[in-house]
This record gives sequence, C-alpha cells and structure tokens, in this order.
Amino acid sequence: MQNEATMATSKAALRADAGADVRADVRLALRKRRRPHETVIHGLLFLCGAVSILTTLGIAFGLVQESLSFFTRELWEDANKRLVVEVDAHAGTLQLSSGGLDLEPGAVIRIDDEKMRIVQMESEVLTVERGFQGTEAATHQAGTGLFVSDRVSLIEFFTGTKWNPQIGQFGIWPLVVSTLRTSTIAVLVAMPLGLSVAIYLSEYASSRARSILKPVLEVLSGIPTVVYGYFALMFMTQLLRSLLGADTVQIYNTASAGIVIGILILPLVSSMSEDALSAVPRSLREGAYAMGATKWETAVKVVVPAALSGIAAAFIVSISRAIGETMIVAIAAGAGPNFTLNPFNAAETMTGHIVRISGGDLSYDSIDYNSIFAIGLVLFLMTLGLNVVSQRIVRRFREVYE
Amino acid sequence: MAGRNSAHGLLVTSPDEDFADNLPGRHRTAKAWQIVLQASTVIGIVVLMALLLNIMDGAFGYAAVQNKVAPETLAVDGIALEDLPKEQLIEILQANVSAGLFRRFESEKPLAERSREEVYDLVVERVVEPEVVGTWPLFELLLHRADVLAEAAEAFPGAEVRFTSWINPQFAVSPQSANPEQAGVRTAILGSLWTIAITIGFAFPLGVGAAIYLEEYATDNRLNRIIQTNINNLAGVPSIIYGMLGLAVFVRLLGSLTSGQVFGLVDPTTANGRTILSAGLTLGLLILPLLIINAQEAIKAVPGSLRQASFGLGATRWQTIWHHVLPNAMPGILTGTILAMSRAIGETAPLVVVGASTFITVDPSGPFSKFTTLPIQIYQWTARPQDEFRNIAAAAILVLLALLLTLNATAVLLRNRYSRRRYS
Repeated sequence: MQNEATMATSKAALRADAGADVRADVRLALRKRRRPHETVIHGLLFLCGAVSILTTLGIAFGLVQESLSFFTRELWEDANKRLVVEVDAHAGTLQLSSGGLDLEPGAVIRIDDEKMRIVQMESEVLTVERGFQGTEAATHQAGTGLFVSDRVSLIEFFTGTKWNPQIGQFGIWPLVVSTLRTSTIAVLVAMPLGLSVAIYLSEYASSRARSILKPVLEVLSGIPTVVYGYFALMFMTQLLRSLLGADTVQIYNTASAGIVIGILILPLVSSMSEDALSAVPRSLREGAYAMGATKWETAVKVVVPAALSGIAAAFIVSISRAIGETMIVAIAAGAGPNFTLNPFNAAETMTGHIVRISGGDLSYDSIDYNSIFAIGLVLFLMTLGLNVVSQRIVRRFREVYE
Repeated sequence: MAGRNSAHGLLVTSPDEDFADNLPGRHRTAKAWQIVLQASTVIGIVVLMALLLNIMDGAFGYAAVQNKVAPETLAVDGIALEDLPKEQLIEILQANVSAGLFRRFESEKPLAERSREEVYDLVVERVVEPEVVGTWPLFELLLHRADVLAEAAEAFPGAEVRFTSWINPQFAVSPQSANPEQAGVRTAILGSLWTIAITIGFAFPLGVGAAIYLEEYATDNRLNRIIQTNINNLAGVPSIIYGMLGLAVFVRLLGSLTSGQVFGLVDPTTANGRTILSAGLTLGLLILPLLIINAQEAIKAVPGSLRQASFGLGATRWQTIWHHVLPNAMPGILTGTILAMSRAIGETAPLVVVGASTFITVDPSGPFSKFTTLPIQIYQWTARPQDEFRNIAAAAILVLLALLLTLNATAVLLRNRYSRRRYS
C-alpha cells in the first residue's frame, strides 16, 4: 500500500496534469488507517486511569451511605414510663405512670414490638395511633416499659462532648480534640526539626554528609507505623514517665503518641521543604553573598522566603498525615474516648477509635458499624481539605524564576 | 546583632553603622545557628538509633523459665529425659496428660508414626510445660547483670534464668500460639506473602496502564485533568479510610465474591468476606496512586526523541509504547513498584478495619482464607499487657524490618544499576 502510494506520488509529480483521479488515489492511500486493536488498547488504558475515579467514588459512596444510615437510624430511648393498665389491640388510649421523659404529640413511641404515634396527650393519658409504620397492634401487659424514638442529630454530633454509642451519646468532640492534640504535638516536633534539617541539607551539608543523612531519613520514612507504635509505647512513654514522673504521665498518653508521630512525619517535612529550597536558583544566593551576607543570612532572608510556598505546602501535607495517622495512636494513646486537654492522659483519637471498634467482631447495621463511618467521613473531609489547600498554595504562591 | 540589621534586611546599612565592627557578631550568629541546624539533624540519627536499640532491647534478654514438672523427675532408670527412646517418651506422655488430650494427639497423627524429636517436643510442651515467669530486657542486663540475677533468684526460686533470643529459627516457622514461648510468625508471614501477591497482581497492571494512559494518550482536557488531580488527592487519603472502603465494598458489598461463594469455593474457616482477597484488593487500591505517580515519572524520563524515531519509522502508538517506551521505563517502574510494595507490607490499619483475624493457627490455603499479617501480629502482641508478648512483638518487628530491608535494598540496587543509562 505504502509503496503504491509513493509511486503514485512520484507519478503525480511527473505528470502534474494527469488529472483528479490520481490525486484522489493518493489521498485514499495516505489516509489514516483504521486500527481496531489500537482503539481497544486506548480504551483499556483509559479504564485503568478511570479506576482512580471509581476509588474516589467508592470512598465517597461508602462513607456517605453508612453515615446517612447513622444519622437516620431509629434509636429507642427508654422513657422511664410504664403502662398502668393493660391495653388490648384496639384501645386508642394508654394510661401511663408519671415521671420519666416528657412526651410530645407527633412523637413515635414503641411498646414491645409495636410502634405508635402520639396524637394527643393529657396529663398521663395518651391518645395514640396504633400499629404505626406497618407494625401490628397487639395486647400489652400492664407494667410494660415505653420507648421514645430518637435520632442522632447533626447538632449533637458536632457539639456533644461525650462519645458512647452504646448509651446514646454521640458527640464527636472528645475524639476530635484528641486528634488535634496529637497532631499539634506532632507538628510542634516535626516543623522546627524538619525545617532545620531541610536548611542544613540544602544550604550547608557537604555531599558526604548528604550521602549519610538522606538514607537515614529514607529509612525513617520507610519504617512501618506499627513499629513506631511499639517505639512510642516501649520507649517514648517510659522516657516521659522517668523524666516527668509516673504520677503525671499515664501509661497510655497522647503526648508520647504525638511526639512519635512528629518523628514519623519528620522525613516528609524535611524532604518536601528541601525540594522547595533546592528549587531556588543559585543566582539568588550568589546575589546575597555578593552583598556581603553570611551563609545564615542568605538562608533565612533570601532562600527560605523564596521557597515559602513549598515549605507551607510541606507543613500542611504533614498536618494531614498526622491527623490520619492510626497505628501509633491505636497502640500508645489509650482506649476509650476521653474529653481532656491534658496531653499526659489517655485519650482515644478518631483513627484510634475506628481501629479499636473495627478490631472486634463487628456486625453490620449495628450502631458501632455505622458510627465509625460517620467518624471516617469527618476524617476524610479534614484530610482532603488540607491536601487541597496545600495544592492551592503551591499553585498560587509559587515563585517562578525565569 | 541579627536584630540590628534585620529591620531593613542586610542590603541597606545606615551610614553611621559601623560595618566592620558588626561583622564578627554576624558571623557568630551564623555559626551558632549552624550548630543548631546540625544538632537537629543529629536528632534524626539519634532517634533512628534509639528505635533500633529499643527493638533489640525487647528482642533479646534474660528470661526466667519455670518448669511445671522438673525434667529430672521424669528420668527413667537413670537415663535423662532428653536421651530416652521414643517408646518411653510416649509412655511418659500417656501417664502425664489426660486421656482425652492423648486421644487428640493420636487422632491428629498417631504417636507411633511421629519421629522421636516430635514426641520429645510434645513431652516438653505438655508435660514439662516450661513457662516464662519473668523477663529482663537486654540493656538492663548489660548494665546491671548482678542485680538482675539476684532479683530473679529471689522472685522466682527454682526458675531457670537464661539468656533468650526471642527471635530464633523456631520463631520463624511455628504458627501462632497463646503461649509466647511457642508462638511464631509462620501464619503471619504466609498471610503477608499471599496478601502482597494479590496486591501487586491487582495494582501493577492497573497502575502501569493508568500511567501509560496519562503520559502517552491523554490530551489536556477536563476529564484527564480531573483524573490526574484525583490521583494526587488519593495519594493523600489516610490509609484507614481505604480500610473502610474495603470494609464497605469488598467485604460487605462484594462479600459473595471475596468469600469465594460465587466460585463455589467456600473455605470452611472463612468468616464472610474477611479474606485474603479483600485485604489484597484493599491494599491494591491503597498503593495504586503511589504506583501510578512513580510509573508516570519513569515514563516521563524516557526521551521524546525515542518516540519520534519510532513514529518516524511508521510504528503505531501502541507499538512505540510496547517496544520502546516501556522497556526503557521499566527499571524506574519496578523501583517504584517495590517501594509501593514495601509500603503495603507495613500497612496495618486498613487490614484491621477490613477484618484481619485476631487468632488463627492454620496456614492460609488460598485467597479465600482468613488472614493475619506480620504487622497485624505485631500490633496484637504489642497491645497485650504481658511483657513476654512485647518481647515476641519486638522479634516480629525484626523479621518485618529484615523483609523490608531486603525489598528496599533490591530497589536501591535496581535504581543504581539503571540510573547511569545510555541517555542521560
């Protein structure tokens, strides 16, 4: 085909006046050929790329769906009221004992397996709609307890200071506060250290020092987090206890977990910051030296400000990493949500709670199962937000040289 | 010093400021800060050393072992227990364990068919019943050896105090056990290997495919930009979230697939979808963004002239990729894959959420088995309050680190070998 085409072209060149049909032949021969299997491969590769979108959708779908069933789940709260007189399946009024919760018209109540809706309420006599929501009206003995329908409200979830799904307390704050505390400690450890290491590596270190330090940092970042968890419990906690006294520092505490998370994110901070510092052109440094600046002055007054966007991005990414860190807090920070600000007390973080709850035998559709997805959703949104912010910072404030 | 010239930077010096007098001060500041920087760098090394020493400290040390029945009392006709023939060992076993337990040993494997060593181990395990009653870590031992021995003699009279390496050949090949003396990491290592095999089998083709698409095919349109941004964002999602994805999708939604029901292969030990397959797929999704980003870098590094030459000779796009781009990018892709793999081997949190088993003693038999992995085992042992379990956790950490070191060394070798390539 191609040979024919070349011949046709040369012929066309020789006899320019040969006419339109030769030119049409040439066009036909040079036309892009259909290659079905190239198209199939293109399609398959696109699908590979699309899997990442599916993953995101899967995460969003899973978290949102289970969180929704967490917030729409019907929970039955004991009203601390009992039937005084037995009711048969047709009676429309209930005689109740006094005390207990206040009931309101419109509320859904449950006696045994039957649900009812309160139509009217006069002192302790309820007028109800029997057999509500498809349940069967039945006879109930005197003395049977009464339960009121309740749901987890968003307000309770975001303002409550107690987390105990088993007894109907759903305030996420104890978990969030612990997470913020470990992350803050981690960041306080990792940022000064990480930035110092980055400045040292990019501005001061000889190539020999770099060849030792870089692998050390790589090794640190390659160690599994569960090993850091062991280290936090067996070393950092012991160290803190011997420094500050065993009375002030509990065996499980957020301080040692936070410090070790700081060590974990140190390589991340230093390598990202160092990349940013190394990207600053040499001419800037030489300009500063020419003006008589010392090495330190050049580093902090010229190089660091020029790389600030990259350094800021490194910090934010490391915060997000610290918030999502799981095994260290699961091992060293202790079990049980605890609303406290004291870093030396045991307290469970969001991730620690998810791991502890899902580590046991978890049955689907239990309140525990749904609740960890609600926590997971909050965690996901927090880390995603931080990551997006860091990307924005890099894009918007990047200083471009030449 | 630093304060005086920081107001307007160092470029503007007021005429009355004595520049020469100031200079030594500025140099001193610079020197002081340099020391601070060096010190913080040293901290990194110190922490790494502390971490390794801490693990060593746990993995080796003294253990006080107390036997329930002294081996001397089991000697027959003056022949010590360890020298007795098999028949007499079986008699000892029969005389000292309950009839039910003895029948169970017989039904597992008839005692007459077992080797002498196996029977001897059984006698030691069931009759002598050595139990670790106290442990002392390595450094305490090195620093206060005499104190440790005195304390041990006082607290556990009759116990044998001896140096114990918690990591030993026995540890690597024994299955899990409730007794820390006999517990090993065999099931955990096998579980880890199975999981990683599935992870790589799933993530490698997908990751390389996605990287090829993004680097070689994708035009700069909205959809492709979304895919790229999405991959970057996925790389920052905490691993535990992937665990919840695995729990919701692989374990629950696709439970019949991941438990093998669809294929009619229901493993009797399987608990619904909490299988090696679910774990492998979850970890696969977890390392996918990492793998794609690494593979993209490798493909980007292949010079464009190579592609142009191939196109110039009339090759199609796929021929160019298959015969020229991929072979040249492969070392980089493999290095990235090994790094992603070592990340997956160390992951714990997502597997806890997906539903790793807390206690299994049988080896996994296939993708539909229940599983435990090395990091899971370390987590569970560390979480127990008894010291002996902390010791075997340290030993398991050493095994895990050795595994990771091997992998990373391979990656570094690959990188060094191919980094000085033909076109640089």
